Amino acid sequence: MPTPRELDMNRRDLMVVAGACAAFPATVTGTRAQPAPSGKPVLSEVSFSVNGQSYQLELDTRTTLLDALREHLHLTGTKKGCDHGQCGACTVLVDGQRINSCLTLAIMNPGAEVTTIEGLGGVENLHPMQAAFVKHDGFQCGYCTPGQICSGVAVLDEIKAGVPSHVSADLTGAMAVTEAEIRERMSGNICRCGAYSNIVEAMTEVAGRRA
Amino acid sequence: MKFDKPATNNPIDRQQVVGRPHDRIDGPRKVTGTARYAYEQHDVVPNQAYGYVVGAGIAKGRIASIDYETARKAPGVLAVVTAKEAGNLKKGKRNTAPLLAGPEVGHYHQAVALVVAESFEQARAAASLIKIDYAAAKGAFDLKAAKDKAAKPEGDDPSLDDTHVGDFAAAFARAEVKLDETYTTPDESHAMMEPHATLAAWEGEKLTLWTSNQMVAWGVTDMATTLGIPKENIRIVSPFIGGGFGGKLFLRADVLLAALGARLAKRPVKVALTRPLMINNTTHRPATIQRIRLGATKEGKLTAIGHESWSGDLKGGGPELAVQQTRLLYAGANRMTAMRLAELDLPEGNAMRAPGEAPGLMALEMAMDEMAEKLALDPVAFRLLNDTQVDPEKPERPFSMRRLDECFRIGAERFGWSRRPARPGQTRDGNWLVGFGVAAAFRNNLVMKSGARVSLDAGGVVTIETDMTDIGTGSYTIIGQTAAEMLGVGLDKVVVKLGDSAFPVSAGSGGQWGGNSSTAGVYAACVKLREAVAQKLGINSDEAVFADGEVRAGNRSLPLASAAEGGPLTGEDTIEYGDLDETHQQSTFGAHFVEVGVDVATAETRIRRMLAVCAAGRILNPKTARSQVIGAMTMGAGAALMEELAVDKRRGFFVNHDLAGYEVPVHADIPHQEVVFLDETDPMSSPMKAKGVGELGICGVGAAVANAIYNATGVRVRDYPITLDKLLTRMPDAA
Repeated sequence: MPTPRELDMNRRDLMVVAGACAAFPATVTGTRAQPAPSGKPVLSEVSFSVNGQSYQLELDTRTTLLDALREHLHLTGTKKGCDHGQCGACTVLVDGQRINSCLTLAIMNPGAEVTTIEGLGGVENLHPMQAAFVKHDGFQCGYCTPGQICSGVAVLDEIKAGVPSHVSADLTGAMAVTEAEIRERMSGNICRCGAYSNIVEAMTEVAGRRA
Repeated sequence: MKFDKPATNNPIDRQQVVGRPHDRIDGPRKVTGTARYAYEQHDVVPNQAYGYVVGAGIAKGRIASIDYETARKAPGVLAVVTAKEAGNLKKGKRNTAPLLAGPEVGHYHQAVALVVAESFEQARAAASLIKIDYAAAKGAFDLKAAKDKAAKPEGDDPSLDDTHVGDFAAAFARAEVKLDETYTTPDESHAMMEPHATLAAWEGEKLTLWTSNQMVAWGVTDMATTLGIPKENIRIVSPFIGGGFGGKLFLRADVLLAALGARLAKRPVKVALTRPLMINNTTHRPATIQRIRLGATKEGKLTAIGHESWSGDLKGGGPELAVQQTRLLYAGANRMTAMRLAELDLPEGNAMRAPGEAPGLMALEMAMDEMAEKLALDPVAFRLLNDTQVDPEKPERPFSMRRLDECFRIGAERFGWSRRPARPGQTRDGNWLVGFGVAAAFRNNLVMKSGARVSLDAGGVVTIETDMTDIGTGSYTIIGQTAAEMLGVGLDKVVVKLGDSAFPVSAGSGGQWGGNSSTAGVYAACVKLREAVAQKLGINSDEAVFADGEVRAGNRSLPLASAAEGGPLTGEDTIEYGDLDETHQQSTFGAHFVEVGVDVATAETRIRRMLAVCAAGRILNPKTARSQVIGAMTMGAGAALMEELAVDKRRGFFVNHDLAGYEVPVHADIPHQEVVFLDETDPMSSPMKAKGVGELGICGVGAAVANAIYNATGVRVRDYPITLDKLLTRMPDAA
């Protein structure tokens, strides 16, 4: 669900990366000429924080944010369901906004503040959204679940911030957490086990508690 | 424990823990991302390398040449596995096509090579450097074109036989009211969220596989056969499975190639199938063409029921068992069923959630709706009129329990079925034409041998070990509830360990047999443990009552934990079954009610309400069982409205092989769903008195959606999925 705000953010991020070599030598270094397919991999350094902890990584430039989290930081709560932006299982929050972490390279996120499912809460201190998913059985196999929960948290924030969706009757007025709004905004997160009805109940409860 | 007599009163009947809607015990791990799936076992073995699978670019033929020299020399590459490096592989009996091609190619995207490298990116880049020349052969890819050449399926399995009861031809010929229609269902994909994935590690001759598999013991057996090594040398670990739906019943290419890659690279190797590879590389639900003939008296009594189904598969494969429910669902003296199998060179067809019944009921229950209309009968009343309490083919054989009529009556009342207009196309809500649809749900209850080990320690903690899997079904929770009930402890005192071939062999997850069978195995093991505890405490085990963390007999009451003071006690057993499933037909039942709106201008269908009323024996956990049913209803909604693998009939593959092309329901497609379980226990099924519920929910729901669309629009589409292009030109006047 693109919104003007997100598009602005994306454009700025792209410009940051494009100009990274000159403008941010401390953050992104080691850029060389475009390698031949069989040439040596290009490594770049990138720094960002994940769940409040800072990381400085030297990564293959082809490494997605998703694989940086899963394979390099071993934060495997973020799932790889399709690896090309079709399923939403890899949803994380970057600077407070939800994105598909498979669709952004790690080095495109210098200085970013990333929040993953592990950052929302742990087994002993569940985030209200996590607790609501357990209570309402908003999952079955559990593989799409971290993405659903990250999206769910961000959706409630988006509605609160007045970001409209396809089903919003008034694009500039106040938004309400309706079931139609939740279903529309959550539609980028596929659950093949079909827990949708329960996920809507979980999110509705959390929204009510917050209101 | 041999279960060969109907269950009598037993500790499960107390229902202090079993039968209650407990939250999933694995829930906190799943919602925090700390449940580790196959590709995420970073700490079990060091020095893991990455494998990337290359799939065949033709559907049938030979690999003329394969050049991977450049790939082998690419940065980070450790090994390239092709058929040449793999050596002599056999085929497990549950695979139709070999998992690794070469030189023959058996289907599109059959694995041709695995590149192993230090990183995922390196393996992927190197995989793109492999050059393969194919000698393509002509194949058969079109079920409709191959239909006339389809043959009677081979094999001893009686479920493949043609069936004849009475004289169908004569009865149909003289029936007062007749229906003879043909329905089609498309190829469908499981599309589970977690791709097939495996981490393989060799330690000398011993192979450990962390994988995502519904049937651990089958995997061990088939892997041993494929590699030609002893079963004892293989361990499969599959604690969390990101969805299966039948797509992870069998050994797949990720498992084999990870093992071969690890052997060649001398490193642990992990392999996940990429999403675009999954659909053609693995199995799918085969398309069907189904002809249904119904004959009835004017009053609506069925006198003739005929169901024929055509499907295709690779040579050596089997048919989609789309007629099986028709043998059991409705009464009628004269009946026939037949299946014909065409040899097709599409990827391997196999089980997907409720194989047989899911597509079979999409046809049968639409035919029943059409027949009700011909008879000017309400579709619910027509079904009730033809209900049966006995196997219609063998009237001497009763159903163990069949409350289909109550499912319909309760559902109709709850849904407000009486508001349905008998004539279609009558109800308008703004831009929407509104309609109601109904269909029966029916799926057999299968019982499978299942083992477990249960131990008690001095802290009073009960630990269950079984190779049973939890594919989202709730196995962890219901197994924990079973042990807690049997030993009289809270769920907080129970630890459940699943999905490891080092544990006793269970029923596994498939065919909706897992819940009842695996808990019955745990029940049996708990009986053994109760005997050991009683003996240790000097109590007569027949008198012992296990409750509140204590063991009581007469006036005595001892802490359960005290039995393990001298060391842990263990009970291990396997539930096995006698012939109760032969003397009695064991099935599960339901009624689906659906309301749809169809846009009067665009013919877009939106589901507005869904209700399922189910009768499936004891519901071990109403919360997780309900989730099974709503999930299956969701998948059935997809089958009715959108799911279809598009076949390229020239090149022989499924074109829409990812989650953008193969559309499955998303949040916006599914309304609030309601599920009602009838309160029942079936003593014929197992000591748990439970039956399967995981597949019942998908059975019939597609037809209920289709029938609702007809009721809304008056347009009958017999070719699933019912997409708007099939409705648009036939829609009633928008004005």
